[in-house]
Amino acid sequence: MITKRIIPCLDIKDGRTVKGINFENIKDAGDPVELAIEYAKQGADELVFLDITATNEKRKTLSELVTRIAKHINIPFTVGGGISSIEDVSILLNSGADKISVNTSAVKNPQLIKDLANQFGSQCVVLAIDTKFEDNDWYVYLNGGRVKADLKTIDWAKEAVALGAGEILLTSMNNDGTKDGFAIDITKQISEAVNVPVIASGGAGSMEHFNDVFKNGKADAALAASVFHYKEITILQLKTYLKENSIEIRL
Amino acid sequence: MKVSIVKYNAGNVQSVLFSLERIGISATVTDEKEVLTTSDKVIFPGVGEASSAMQYLKSKNLDELIVNLKQPVLGICLGMQLMCKYSEEGNTNCLGIFDNHIKLFKGEIKVPQIGWNTIYDLKTNLYKGIKENEYMYFVHSYYAEVSEHTIAKTNYGLEYSSSLQKNNFYAAQFHPEKSSDAGQQLLENFIRFAK
Repeated sequence: MITKRIIPCLDIKDGRTVKGINFENIKDAGDPVELAIEYAKQGADELVFLDITATNEKRKTLSELVTRIAKHINIPFTVGGGISSIEDVSILLNSGADKISVNTSAVKNPQLIKDLANQFGSQCVVLAIDTKFEDNDWYVYLNGGRVKADLKTIDWAKEAVALGAGEILLTSMNNDGTKDGFAIDITKQISEAVNVPVIASGGAGSMEHFNDVFKNGKADAALAASVFHYKEITILQLKTYLKENSIEIRL
Repeated sequence: MKVSIVKYNAGNVQSVLFSLERIGISATVTDEKEVLTTSDKVIFPGVGEASSAMQYLKSKNLDELIVNLKQPVLGICLGMQLMCKYSEEGNTNCLGIFDNHIKLFKGEIKVPQIGWNTIYDLKTNLYKGIKENEYMYFVHSYYAEVSEHTIAKTNYGLEYSSSLQKNNFYAAQFHPEKSSDAGQQLLENFIRFAK
């Protein structure tokens, strides 16, 4: 049986791991490679690196970091943040990334998804969606959650998969940072509407939340940052708990 | 030990190179006949689409070269599929080293399969020290049916070949270079034991 995946997320700024809440009070949290090795040892199934600098002059720092990560860890990892062209993706994949994630740039130019899928294969194209529930529906937000797009999340997910997205990383802005649990309803809706894996993100606060998003949200993977960073939950502890709750998990 | 990785248009090989480095092997990425045919071991990786990959291999005469290699060859992911007879992906006639046909996953499952799944009924030295039902990392939409060449099986909607072997040709559908310690073990086994 294929397992559910546990994915720690590392925020990267200028080649260093940073911790902060909602991008504020950002503190240096060490070398991403060391943290990545630690997570891989603990049993993480994949890793996501989100570059929150993502300006052009930082690109080189990022690709060098990606190479260092690839040298040291033997599990798959995704790199995201400010990726907007085939060239960006080509550099990151050649540096050793397994997948890349696109967000704002794909909404502005949906053809990008198709071009990336044709050039590199759907398996390495992760569509990240930041979503917020308002006016009785879930909408897509851009630019790190600052700008609302005139687009319903369910419609965008379907369109992106038709264009060639191989996975969806769905972050609920309503839940992110709350530690009250994942957004079960939209995760389930998307997971049932598309035939590619859905990674749930935003809101993880306890082990029960992961159980809930796998069982009731039909997520294929769950991503979290702070609960792992601050060692509130260890990956081993979480995976043991999920296995006891009859969820297929790699231990 | 001279290890070569076949250079062609399907996917990046950086992870395979790094994985080999971790077991002390410095491999060469090449499409030169002279280098490939004189290597002790050849790795044929691949991520991408079957028909364009086959087209490229033919244009470089790499198709005949690979089929005629006498040293141990390890196909990974698309590399394994290309070593089979035929793929439904783009209606492609492949290298025909294994008789298997490559088919698209169908039914109530998500396609591609992305993630960790178990391998079982493990055969040959390629799996020495790797336990039954070990987890490996898979990313694929097409699969090889079970056949006489099967040396590992996996279940995703149905039972299929996650690994094949015939004479000096070995193949894995999963990515050993991304499959943590067990995957590393497989690569080491290939380097040490494959004949």
